[in-house]
Amino acid sequence: MRGTLTGLLAGFLFGLGLCLSGMTSPAVVQGFLDVAGAWNPALLFVMAGGVAVTFVGYRFLVPKSKPLWASRFSLPTATRIDTPLLAGAAIFGIGWGLAGYCPGPAVVSLASGRIAVVVFVLSMLVGMILVRWMRSGSRASMPSLAAEENR
Amino acid sequence: MHPFALAAIGGVMIGTSAVLLMALTGCIAGISGIVGGLLPPKPVADRSWRLAFILGLVAAPAALRTFSGDVLIGPPTVGTPVLIAAGLLVGIGTALGGGCTSGHGICGISRLSVRSVVAVVTFIAAGVLTVFVTRHVLGA
Repeated sequence: MRGTLTGLLAGFLFGLGLCLSGMTSPAVVQGFLDVAGAWNPALLFVMAGGVAVTFVGYRFLVPKSKPLWASRFSLPTATRIDTPLLAGAAIFGIGWGLAGYCPGPAVVSLASGRIAVVVFVLSMLVGMILVRWMRSGSRASMPSLAAEENR
Repeated sequence: MHPFALAAIGGVMIGTSAVLLMALTGCIAGISGIVGGLLPPKPVADRSWRLAFILGLVAAPAALRTFSGDVLIGPPTVGTPVLIAAGLLVGIGTALGGGCTSGHGICGISRLSVRSVVAVVTFIAAGVLTVFVTRHVLGA
């Protein structure tokens, strides 16, 4: 129950941050990626603010042996720079540039009630399921795909 | 307020959310991972906080509408066929690469994860190249 309430509060705060920062407007995100056009650095300010707080906050948590309400910190263990990481990031970047949506802002934008956003999110879920399905079937032959992920 | 000031404040809120989630539940605030964990073929066991997080995300604009009269959500910039293709690419890419702008971008960089820094540089480069091609080469 505490974990669920934490999730709700964290999601709400995260969503507010995305809306206020302009990241829920695809035009703003694509403006950041459009370095040869009317470049909009807003996304840099979001990253700077987000990383500054998270970096300092995580440092405070490092000496702690476990989170307040769970038995351990669930941190990614993979360290290898492998093909799935590079290919995945590149594929994600292409989709991100095409539509101006990454997963967070897309989910938040569902609240606008626009069918187009629902279509994007459903397509995204299909893409995720495809990879999860492929990975579950090829775990033995492709160990790098089964590596602990940064989630 | 200037958009860049709002952007930084929004970033601080996102960071606060990430620290809160880590301090209390020990989890990374990566949206693609939070969503992905709920999906078949093997959904994870801890689903309730993930569903609650997603509910929180969607509730945020509704709260903004109540207090400021604006949801602050911009319209899509492309048509449905492009949205479908882009959605598939974002889904496949984040699942394969193990993270998105939040998991690799905010949380990974803050953990000084080399994997995440490489992922961020790669997806920003791919995004820049994509926008360059669609806007300045194809002129879409």
